[in-house]
Amino acid sequence: MIPWLTIAIALPAVGALLVWALPRTGAGGREQAAASAAAQARSGGGTATAVRAPAAAATGAASAENAKRITLGVSLATLAVLVVMTLRFDPSNAGSLQFVEEYPWIPRFGVHFAVGVDGIALALILMSAILVPLVVLAAWREHDHREDGGRGYFALILALEAMMIGVFAATDVFLFYVFFEAMLIPVYFMIGRYGRGDERAKAAVKFLLYSLAGGLIMLVAVIGVFVHGGTFLWADLVGENGALAGLDPSTARWLFLGFFIAFAIKAPMWPVHTWLPQAAGSSSPGTAVLLVGVLDKVGTYGMLRFCMELFPSAVSWFVWPVVALSLVSIVYGAILAIGQTDMMRLVAYTSVSHFGFITLGIFALTPQAQTGAALYMVNHGFATGALFLIVGLLVARRGSSLIKDFSGVQNVAPRLAGVFLVAGLAGLALPGLAPFVSEFLVFVGVYAFSPAPALIAVIGVVLAALYILWMYQRTMTGPTADGVAGFKDLSAREAWAVGPLLALILAFGLYPQPLLDAIEPAAERTVVSTVGSAEEGGAE
Amino acid sequence: MIPQDLPVITQEAPVLDWWLLAPLLTLFGGAMLAVLFEAFVPAARRRLLQIGVAALSLLATFVLIVLQVGSLPDGQAGVTVGVGSLAVDRTVLFFQGTIAVLALVSLLLIAERRDGRDAFAAQAAAVPGSEEERAHILAGTQHTEIYPLVLFAVLGMLMFPASNDFLTMFIALEVMSLPLYLMCGLARRRRLFSQEAAVKYFLLGAFSSAFFLFGAAMVYGYAGSVNFGEVRAAVENGGAAIFQDGDGRALLLMGIGLVAVGLLFKVGAVPFHNWKPDVYQGAPTPVTALMASCTLVAAFGALLRVFFVPFGGSAGDWEPALWIVAVLTMVVAAIVAVSQRDIKRLLAYSSVVHAGFILTAVVAGSTDGLAGAMFYLAAYGFTTLGAFAVVTLVRTADGGQEQGDLDRWAGLGRRHPLLAGALALFLLAFAGIPLTSGFIGKFAVFQAAVAAGATPLVVVGVLSSAVTAFFYVRIIVVMFFRDPEADGHTVVRAGAATGGVIAIGVAATLLLGVYPGPVLDNLLPSPDGSQEPVSVMVDQASTEAG
Repeated sequence: MIPWLTIAIALPAVGALLVWALPRTGAGGREQAAASAAAQARSGGGTATAVRAPAAAATGAASAENAKRITLGVSLATLAVLVVMTLRFDPSNAGSLQFVEEYPWIPRFGVHFAVGVDGIALALILMSAILVPLVVLAAWREHDHREDGGRGYFALILALEAMMIGVFAATDVFLFYVFFEAMLIPVYFMIGRYGRGDERAKAAVKFLLYSLAGGLIMLVAVIGVFVHGGTFLWADLVGENGALAGLDPSTARWLFLGFFIAFAIKAPMWPVHTWLPQAAGSSSPGTAVLLVGVLDKVGTYGMLRFCMELFPSAVSWFVWPVVALSLVSIVYGAILAIGQTDMMRLVAYTSVSHFGFITLGIFALTPQAQTGAALYMVNHGFATGALFLIVGLLVARRGSSLIKDFSGVQNVAPRLAGVFLVAGLAGLALPGLAPFVSEFLVFVGVYAFSPAPALIAVIGVVLAALYILWMYQRTMTGPTADGVAGFKDLSAREAWAVGPLLALILAFGLYPQPLLDAIEPAAERTVVSTVGSAEEGGAE
Repeated sequence: MIPQDLPVITQEAPVLDWWLLAPLLTLFGGAMLAVLFEAFVPAARRRLLQIGVAALSLLATFVLIVLQVGSLPDGQAGVTVGVGSLAVDRTVLFFQGTIAVLALVSLLLIAERRDGRDAFAAQAAAVPGSEEERAHILAGTQHTEIYPLVLFAVLGMLMFPASNDFLTMFIALEVMSLPLYLMCGLARRRRLFSQEAAVKYFLLGAFSSAFFLFGAAMVYGYAGSVNFGEVRAAVENGGAAIFQDGDGRALLLMGIGLVAVGLLFKVGAVPFHNWKPDVYQGAPTPVTALMASCTLVAAFGALLRVFFVPFGGSAGDWEPALWIVAVLTMVVAAIVAVSQRDIKRLLAYSSVVHAGFILTAVVAGSTDGLAGAMFYLAAYGFTTLGAFAVVTLVRTADGGQEQGDLDRWAGLGRRHPLLAGALALFLLAFAGIPLTSGFIGKFAVFQAAVAAGATPLVVVGVLSSAVTAFFYVRIIVVMFFRDPEADGHTVVRAGAATGGVIAIGVAATLLLGVYPGPVLDNLLPSPDGSQEPVSVMVDQASTEAG
């Protein structure tokens, strides 16, 4: 049996080490050359180093180019592995874990390196693996000016990819926690070191501290799971005969809350969303894609997989509070998005609104709503990913992400404006584009659960049209602004970066069935176990 | 009332198991030899000889400690030697082995020279700034008394967690502390500062020793013995025979309290932590590294032994007090640390917070707690050694003394990615990020505490953990995200010794973080056995092996 998931995790991890370990003739060489030049200048013989310094710089550039090629190659290879896995995935059995692997890791604590995927996890992993090479392509020239030519950035992307696959595949609560927390470190450096603007260090720290605080609270809950359940293996913990079945209700609620706080911060749900706009605004576009498109999904995925399935008896307690918070997120995120002057921050706020839809769908506890929510996670990754990447292309041309610095882009770069429009329309869930299907399912499901929240959530849809179209109008139409006049249209590399995403958005908008086939059984499993247990709890 | 069974005084020499005493005796012999060398060997050849003696005797001690694991009897926790004054069990041997290894690694830092000069005063007896001192510096003299002092201090550290009666423990405490007081005052640069630290440490340390001794006297009054096994029996039986209806309880409680003050001072728990930042900052950094790793392990080893063995039967009395101390330690130190600007002070406060985390495992009062604390201490020891090794390399712009001011570390990560990367790894381990040893340690102690029902303590622990993460992360921000300043700092080239310490620190931090299984399974008390810690710690009054 081939350990598919381990390969998919190990491949980018090894790639990251490889890129990181490439000969360091770049920054270090230049600096050493400079230092020895200074030393020799003092001793009166500076000629030799003066010749050597540019040579070192050239090697540095060459190694940065190699770093990019290796990164792209490794991320494509990982994608290939995952595509093969998807083809071998048994959709008729999408509700149960497949590609299961389990090796003991820390026997004392009963910790296993245990991985496996159901339909939802596989869809999210595949989405992450599709986004990574596109981010690499989009960021190709972005870090050329840095002292290391961006080599560190690409190593971090690969390290992050390994952890992203790991976090969705982990079926051991401890292992999940390890990936969940360890993931923060590469992102922290990606924002703080390779981000944009003067606020980036502050934004990175805020991101890390928010996430760490949530993670540490979750650690108490993880320990609680072990103390009460005696194991970390997800498969042994869940279910009517699982190790956590006999948990008393108040403990279950506390543990649920411990996990939920961490996931709500990650998701990001109002009122703990405040780190996101700053982090996304200070990120380079590629980082923002992975941050919002993938990392935040870990929060909603965790709610589905861990909060609900580990503590089904506690869910009914939390349904209405979470639904209320989701509605606030939807409306609040949308209103704040309208008021933004910075495109990166605007897209970040739209995500706060979209994540409100996802959590609303998860906690509505109907099969349609949860299927819609899980589908939304995937579609949002593609749509927001595309939007961030295209905004990134604009930022790279103008050197600014402020809306007021753009005007009339479509006059000089019509294709760029065109893809921007498509991505934007996907963001507002236009019928025919992928997010529409998921949003529609969420609405149908939530309405079946209770009409009032569905009606409030509609406000979010109306506001979405406003913030997207108004941004488009201000930046793309109108007279060509001074700084915009020299804009080049979409280059081939850039087209390759955003094209696949738009194609996927269109394809899944018209024919979402393959995704639904994978997601629906897994979502139904969650709903059945949760609702069954909630009814049982209510009967007692 | 006179106790009926007065001990019979005999002329017979006690039977000693020389094999089980061999590690301590070896180190003692090495230390004595080092003193003689210091007195008689010509200055030119002294230094290398001293390093050789120190390294070899530490290495031999470590090997002997490891070999003793095999001579422990099956089916019981261990044995006592020296008429019941020292315990030899797996727990003790783990602490001793850890201390010996950490001391060896610290020795590398202590032995490192820069431009032919040690980190220590050329002539410690010379008044700082005096003509005499200048003459010594110009002449290039270098006293090497640091090496015998290290050996004596480590000897005390090995005895401290192994003591099986309060008097032996007190002697161990003094053997450990007196050389440390001296070593703190030996810094080559900023000598007044260093001497101030030494005086402060000495005065406060003397107080704490007095507390300990007074507490031991109280316990003797209660139990009629200073032997841990007999004290334990007395606690279970409500005191010595002269007491009726538990009317000696006040003596016991005072005894526990006073002994606890002495021990909590040594581990640096709040409110007995005030010496730590000053001493850590003032002492020469290699000595700080030794204190932060080995002394902490020894002090916690002794603390665990005292609370779990003689006072184990009285857990209900001391647990509430330790709850308060643990909460104070974690919260106060974490908050105060946020405003620190000096790297060594910050690491000192960080060490106080870590002491608080380990105290949660003591409060758990279980074998799991003991095992968690043991793992935590070993993991923390290596990480902190690595961190202080990095500190020794970052100097002021003129390349003189160490640059303690964190704000001047801006851009270290740009210029020296490997060095700053290593420090970042150590800081992440301190913060308890997964895939580092710090995370496994934190998980182990918190898990024990939750299992023992101390969940509120763990919640306080994780919240203060989040606060500490703030200042660790801030150092990373300064190093990696800020542009270098022209005259902020210079980095001296890492010699083989310092480089080795950093490499060992990195390796241990990663290895214990990614693959901790072998250590957790083989070296620590098993989780399947009894959760009574005394099941793995010797408490007999006197059982000579063989």
